Amino acid sequence: MDNVVEQKKMKNTMKKRTRQSIFITIGPVYTWMTLFLTVPLLLIVVISFMQRGLYGGIVYEPTIKNYVALIDPMYMKVFGTSLIIAIGTTILCLLIAYPFSYFLVKVSNKYRNILMLLIIIPFWTNSLVRVYAWIVLLRSEGVINTILLNVKFIDEPIKMLYSYGAIFLGMIYTLLPFMILPLYSSIEKLDVALLEAADDLGASTWQTFRHVTLPLTIPGIIAGSLLVFIPSLGYFFIPDLMGGGKHMIIGNLIKNQFLTARNWPFGSALALILILITLGFVMIYLKLVGGDKDDMGVM
Amino acid sequence: MKKIGAVILLITMCLGLIGSTSGCKKEETRELNFFNWTEYMPQELIDKFQKETGIKVNYSTYSSNEEMYAKVTAAPGVYDMVVATDYMVDIMVKQSMLEEINKDNIAKIGNYGAAYMDQSFDPGNVYTLPYMAGSVLMVYNKTMIDKPIETYADFWDESLKDNTVVLDDQRAIIGMALKKLGYSINETDEAILALAVEELKTLKRNIKAFDSDSPKSLLISGEVAAGYVWSAEAVLAQNENSNLVVVIPEEGTYLFQDNFAIPKGAKNKDEAEAFINFMLDPENGKVFSESRPYSNPNAAVLELLSEDMKNNKAVYPPDSFFEVSEFVLDLGETTLVYDEMWTKFKQE
Repeated sequence: MDNVVEQKKMKNTMKKRTRQSIFITIGPVYTWMTLFLTVPLLLIVVISFMQRGLYGGIVYEPTIKNYVALIDPMYMKVFGTSLIIAIGTTILCLLIAYPFSYFLVKVSNKYRNILMLLIIIPFWTNSLVRVYAWIVLLRSEGVINTILLNVKFIDEPIKMLYSYGAIFLGMIYTLLPFMILPLYSSIEKLDVALLEAADDLGASTWQTFRHVTLPLTIPGIIAGSLLVFIPSLGYFFIPDLMGGGKHMIIGNLIKNQFLTARNWPFGSALALILILITLGFVMIYLKLVGGDKDDMGVM
Repeated sequence: MKKIGAVILLITMCLGLIGSTSGCKKEETRELNFFNWTEYMPQELIDKFQKETGIKVNYSTYSSNEEMYAKVTAAPGVYDMVVATDYMVDIMVKQSMLEEINKDNIAKIGNYGAAYMDQSFDPGNVYTLPYMAGSVLMVYNKTMIDKPIETYADFWDESLKDNTVVLDDQRAIIGMALKKLGYSINETDEAILALAVEELKTLKRNIKAFDSDSPKSLLISGEVAAGYVWSAEAVLAQNENSNLVVVIPEEGTYLFQDNFAIPKGAKNKDEAEAFINFMLDPENGKVFSESRPYSNPNAAVLELLSEDMKNNKAVYPPDSFFEVSEFVLDLGETTLVYDEMWTKFKQE
């Protein structure tokens, strides 16, 4: 009898202990996330249904006019431009990163480490600084044009900066690693035996790629695409600096609502739509790969 | 657990100790929490002020009036002094966010030039005193252009296709279109604004880049043939590249005046006033003007400046210029119309 009571007591203290340790280990993270993620997000939701005050404050009178205003074709076009830039960046990143990641898997260990290092090192520098470096390279009197002019390859400077081309270059340059890393981890996991089997059964290289390699690396492709697509929707500083600020994308539009128009409610509505679009793509991802979040885990 | 508890106790005790010693210090030294625009104060002057007065300056910066406004509203009493632009002074005064300035503490107030005092946004300078002023001016590169730019219409000329840089600022650029048409930059009549939209459509063809941060670099490097930029940027660009010519538009332009202001609830009001007085010293004003070519409202500085600087019409424009130029005003609900015009303009 005594024994049973003792055991029960111990169990209870154990339970208490685990609960305590859960509280200690997860508690801070939860508190942090609630305070600095959930609360601000809810605030955005609430503000997006309010009205703009005379001096840019928020008047707490519910309205849906911020969402009605979004239907304006002008704002649709802003979303359109942003999506085109984001989708274009994603596709181009994929086309560049896939062969590269494939090569990375095949190459010997020694070179792989060097190549990996070369991809990671630029991360140590702020992306804004790296974008400025591109400007120095690309502008009319920049490094590239000066060299080409001096070797008499061209007669007058090529206009490279302040165009869609420059925007894509900046986007791809900044986001390429986000595509390479998940693709690499996905291709690396590929079972060589399957490729050998395909070869034994008489499949051509293309057929093996099309029917074996590609389907098996789909999770990596989707994870990489997502990691590139989502930030490229919001990176307004690249179109601003490399595109000369001539294109309005969602990021700039939201920034303007908070700073120049002092229209926080409309800015919040725009931000919320952006979050919903992003969430939509994440849902599609989870559905396609069946909830395997490992491939998102970069390495 | 006990060990952890002991460690935590020790840490908090240490923290308490640090807190209390610095707390004691605070009472001894006088402080000034100064909130200013980025790149708008030579460090040299802050050091000098600290040395002369023994007041410790806690200097922090912002990059837009709206950012300053948001922070001052969110944390009253944190900042003892801010630098607010004309229209923002108007907003802050209307919302009674500012303390009255005690002019008895500012012995050198007489050094201010009359042109900068008693402005529409603060009649009688009850709440503010001038900091620096400037405008938006046109600049062109004489080696890259056939005929010189004199008026706004010249800026719209087809020969400048994809060859200009303008500020990424809706009020400045929409204002430019309105001035070209002969209207006020604070126009609120939607029929007139619609005319400005048409003007902007043609202007877009000539714009290579929008840049508010450092448009001078595009002008200096010859990336563009012309620009519509802050006057200080225009002068700095001209100093670097002698082919650049600064044009003061005869139709008038966008003016700004930044002002010292003391937010309500400031804890170190006397120190703030001491700093304003310090800046009115001609020698200190000279240090500022030599590194940053804004129009210095300190008239006593003018005598100390070089002939070149003093006679530079881009920095110290003739009186006629002020008659046709305007400060931007807060437009209330029309702000939203301007924002829509701007989005459309960028989108096309």
